[in-house]
Amino acid sequence: MNYSPAVAATGVVVRRGRTEILHGVDVHVPAGQVVGLLGPSGAGKTTLMRAIIGAQRTTSGTIEVLGRPAGHRTLRRELGYMAQSVAVYDDLTVEQNLAYFGRVLGAPKTDVDRVVGEVGLGSVRRNLASRISGGQRSRVSLGIALLGTPRLLVLDEPTVGLDPALRQELWELFARLAEAGTTLLVSSHVMDEARRCDRLLLVREGRIIADDTPDGLLAATGASDHDEAFLRLVERDARAADQDAA
Amino acid sequence: MNPRLTLATAARVLTQVRHDPRTVGLLLVVPALLIGLLAWIFDDTPVFGQVGPAMLGMFPFIVMFLVTSITTLRERRSGTLERLLVLPLGKGDFIGGYAIAFGLLATLQALVAVAWAVWGCGLDIEGSVWLLVLVAVVNGLLGTMLGLLASAFATTEFQVVQFMPVIVAPQILLGGIFLPRERMPEVLQTISDWLPLSYSIDALNLVQSGGDAGEVLGDVLVVAAFALGALVLAALTLRRRTR
Ligand SMILES: Nc1ncnc2c1ncn2[C@@H]1O[C@H](COP(=O)(O)OP(=O)(O)OP(=O)(O)O)[C@@H](O)[C@H]1O
Ligand SMILES: [Mg+2]
Repeated sequence: MNYSPAVAATGVVVRRGRTEILHGVDVHVPAGQVVGLLGPSGAGKTTLMRAIIGAQRTTSGTIEVLGRPAGHRTLRRELGYMAQSVAVYDDLTVEQNLAYFGRVLGAPKTDVDRVVGEVGLGSVRRNLASRISGGQRSRVSLGIALLGTPRLLVLDEPTVGLDPALRQELWELFARLAEAGTTLLVSSHVMDEARRCDRLLLVREGRIIADDTPDGLLAATGASDHDEAFLRLVERDARAADQDAA
Repeated sequence: MNPRLTLATAARVLTQVRHDPRTVGLLLVVPALLIGLLAWIFDDTPVFGQVGPAMLGMFPFIVMFLVTSITTLRERRSGTLERLLVLPLGKGDFIGGYAIAFGLLATLQALVAVAWAVWGCGLDIEGSVWLLVLVAVVNGLLGTMLGLLASAFATTEFQVVQFMPVIVAPQILLGGIFLPRERMPEVLQTISDWLPLSYSIDALNLVQSGGDAGEVLGDVLVVAAFALGALVLAALTLRRRTR
């Protein structure tokens, strides 16, 4: 078992144009865990994830991913990334999408069947991606991230728009993957999903305002569920920010 | 660059095109139809003989520019390009894949258009028909590379189509189809010296009049150099990291 962190970021600042989006963020993702990335819309979750996979330039700070600097070429085989937008080819079938990305990764041919099963797309595998439902399309996108044997999965809202049964199934899959040693960083808006994570990172306006276990978060806020804990923390942080400003 | 990944990308692009019969039609049938129309309009006049060869060079350029710019714009917008660039795919594999796929399509298109123009419409060609095909294919590749480049400067399909009149129209006007370049005002002649299509049209006219094959190849090399320049610039627009 490897106990060094999968992601260790310190003082990450990201600027896009004239606005600073992340203001010195520290992130610690332990290996083999499912870490949830939560926060209000526009908080900077996607930006942070893209910085970790090496698709977003950072202004300062360091990000180490699996012991190497983010964006290192040897990481490209070891990362699975699912963007928030559905990044698939509409004019290819489900199978053809998976097969092409699998070939780029050098994954074995059998991976297509495995992934089709994991994301439950067996019934539409020969359909064009433009002729399947929205939730099915986003599962194709998730499936692409699962190809090969990624050691770190970075998933940006993988369960958005899915029904509770499917969400449950996918979270069980995430737990199985973590058990087998994969590390997962998963962003979400659904607080109900928070409780399934090993750890939670709360982002607000480009800062991490909490980094705790789901139970720890409840205890620290005295809230009865994660929705409430989230609201209290965000409110508390907003008030503190107002006082600073005054 | 890795040949396996380049070919996988080319195969993927061809599969995408295959799923879109209308694009296949645009690629293979429309140029031949337009050449046939031209031959019909100018029946009993020498005009078809004069502009016919130039048409064979223009179609692959225009069509490949359109198809490539829109497909690669979609890659940029949908996030598939970002996805590929965080995977072990080289920029060369991406561009090479497009070049191979559309190069093949340009070859097919050129074969259909040239065969139809020469044997169907009776276009007189003194030189080698294969040279005609070669010029057409290189023009198609030039269109592909410029399309890749143009897609970096557009955010919508509408914008990318707006590049057409900017990039294509001046080249057609100044390329010597309407008036031989030697008879244009000097300034325009100088400008047309810097436009790749001028060299294609020159090459095609040379092939038709049975000119020196070496001279034709010289022109083809100039067009290929322009395509290579566009390729390098297009590669610069593929960034693994956004600012
Ligand atoms: N392309 C861009 N250029 C400039 N600023 C951007 C860009 N994309 C996002 N931003 C800004 O960066 C901030 C963080 O955006 P980000 O997408 O990381 O938020 P998020 O937490 O993922 O939100 P959501 O939950 O809605 O997906 C926002 O204020 C947004 O306006
Ligand atoms: Mg987001």
